[in-house]
Amino acid sequence: MEIPEIASARTIPLAPHETIIQPNQSWLRMDWALLWEYRDLLALLVHREFASKYKQTILGPVWFILQPLMTSLVYAIFFGRVAKVPTDAVPPFIFYLCNQLSWNYLSTNLSTGGAVFMNNAALFGKVYFPRLVMPISIVLSNLFACVLQLISFCLIYLGYILFVPGTHWLHLTPSALFLPLLFLHTGLLSLGVCLWMSALTAKYRDLNQVIQLIVQLWMFASPVIYPLSSFPVKWRWLAEINPMTAVLEAFRLCLFGVGTLTPVSLIMSIGVTFALLLTGILLFQRTERTFIDTV
Amino acid sequence: MDKPIIEVENLSKLYVLGSIGATSLRESAEMLWAKISRRPRLNGSTLTARFAPEQVGPVPHSFWALRDVNFTVHPGEVIGLIGQNGAGKSTLLKILSRITEPTKGRAILRGRVASLLEVGTGFHPELSGRDNIYLNGAILGMKHAEITRKFDEIVAFAEVEDFIDTPVKRYSSGMHLRLAFAVAAHLEPEILLVDEVLAVGDATFQKKCLGKMGDVARQGRTVLVVSHNMASILSLCQRAVMLRFGTVAQVGPVQEIVHAYLEGSKPEEIVALSDRHDREGDGAVRYESIAIENADGGGIIRTGSRCKVTIRYKSAKPLRHVRFLLNIYDLTHVSLFQLDSEATGGLPETLPAEGTVICETDALGVTPGRCYINLDLIRGHQLADRIAYAAYFDVDEDDFYGTGKLPKREWTMTVLRHRWKSGAEEPAPADAGKLG
Repeated sequence: MEIPEIASARTIPLAPHETIIQPNQSWLRMDWALLWEYRDLLALLVHREFASKYKQTILGPVWFILQPLMTSLVYAIFFGRVAKVPTDAVPPFIFYLCNQLSWNYLSTNLSTGGAVFMNNAALFGKVYFPRLVMPISIVLSNLFACVLQLISFCLIYLGYILFVPGTHWLHLTPSALFLPLLFLHTGLLSLGVCLWMSALTAKYRDLNQVIQLIVQLWMFASPVIYPLSSFPVKWRWLAEINPMTAVLEAFRLCLFGVGTLTPVSLIMSIGVTFALLLTGILLFQRTERTFIDTV
Repeated sequence: MDKPIIEVENLSKLYVLGSIGATSLRESAEMLWAKISRRPRLNGSTLTARFAPEQVGPVPHSFWALRDVNFTVHPGEVIGLIGQNGAGKSTLLKILSRITEPTKGRAILRGRVASLLEVGTGFHPELSGRDNIYLNGAILGMKHAEITRKFDEIVAFAEVEDFIDTPVKRYSSGMHLRLAFAVAAHLEPEILLVDEVLAVGDATFQKKCLGKMGDVARQGRTVLVVSHNMASILSLCQRAVMLRFGTVAQVGPVQEIVHAYLEGSKPEEIVALSDRHDREGDGAVRYESIAIENADGGGIIRTGSRCKVTIRYKSAKPLRHVRFLLNIYDLTHVSLFQLDSEATGGLPETLPAEGTVICETDALGVTPGRCYINLDLIRGHQLADRIAYAAYFDVDEDDFYGTGKLPKREWTMTVLRHRWKSGAEEPAPADAGKLG
């Protein structure tokens, strides 16, 4: 919040809350301390998102569980049975259910957080708080659905191992402990993309129409309905540019013990995620300064 | 003297009209194409016809909403920001509350800032009053612990104790406003920026709000208030800044500035209303002109004159159920009279599409000074036309009481014919004390 050269130009020390408002500040200027001051707001926004979702529908959180179950069932029938897409020998239903864990999180984040400026124009026009709080709260609140989905997945998975013949070789490995990290990775990646999309939709309104399309195309480019192992080895690098490839493969590796994950692809995925996140933050906070003038 | 708590230095804000760059990808693509095709266009190619130059032209239409604004505010001051619509008050407030960035210059705020540009920002209808107090408080910059500490006080101020766990969507609009203001009123920033929010709720609650604002000021906090209501500016502030066309026109003691504002911002003479484009309403009927004379047809109006107001109006078709409403104000925007065609009756139910109506009054019991007229025209239940400060007239002195003595405007706004007698001259009537 303090700008050194101005502070030194004055004889009297700055008040603790001195704010200087001036134009054309550096792209890199990011007020982390202020963001931290608004952590209570973050917590309350997460609560708001969740509580309002929960209160509006009768089934409430049941939808969070039903939706991936239905999707996986449809995928299992069409891609597994009809199109016979390979699934690394994992029963198609839980193969798709596992992929839904991370993919659903990403796609929900993008559809709810891909146009933060547009969706909150009225609020942003009336009160200041670090705008970054909003997308972060969205990504965090969507995590609740993930937890519910993970629980339902585990129950179904257990049922498969116990009662479905030919699946006894499936087992949780100790690497399942990495799941929280994988969720974190997915969260950060989707935050980065949300920041980019929000900044772009603030400028180009019509982009809002294509968010869903982008999510869908991205899904087909990611190993959601097929495993990476079905790719010819020499083309895998192309799929691995997509940061979601490593995430999806890592999820299956953790939960089923099968997946095509190389250290290089994981590191690349982390690298792309952080690049998206950092550039996203810069672009986002650049947009927040004058966005309201264009509303 | 203390260091100023707010320092505004050469603050300027440029707005580009129409579009800041492009607002859609298609426009972006068109602009790019226009750039590429600039050369052939200069050569007089057929491309000119396809790209209207005003849409992709290199010089965007822009205006300075604020230009080199300078002023300082000292700790503990309550300062009013006044000016006509478009003078830049809201832009200034938006910059100071960090909602948008200035184009030039800078502002230094030495203290925790809270801005209140709207009451109830961020209220969520599905959540309970309790949840909304926390959420709204946090949006306005309060800490969780701070809200918990003041929770009971906020609830008591808003008078919603019994409904605190009810979703806000079930609140009446009055309760909604009270709760929202209560949260905002309990902010404890060093600097409070407020925009017009005093105009909420019923009279009792407004009074309570004003009282609360006064308390905030007495606690030594700094308050910057934007309002069109000169009465609340006068009662709250010690100093005022008047903005005109984006620049500071005058800074000084509040009475002086309010007076200058009211004097200066009004039309100099009874202008042709056809030149007024800042109207509200659906435009089904428009005021064409207004003229005020005394009953004898002279232009001079004195205390005690009977007045004649002549109004011309125009509409596309004959009118049914129209109501002409003239609000007469004094300098501080206190309403003196309403001349209301519905209240008195007398106009025929149907009026021609274009014509004149005349309103005649009894003796005007107003002390010498200036009066302003706001015009409203209502058709059915729809506001058809509204012109603020459509006209003014000066009331000149006259021997109203026949004694050569008349109260001044500063003492009272109205005069009333009355008689005095000694109680010894005749016995007290039986119904003494009853008026009328």
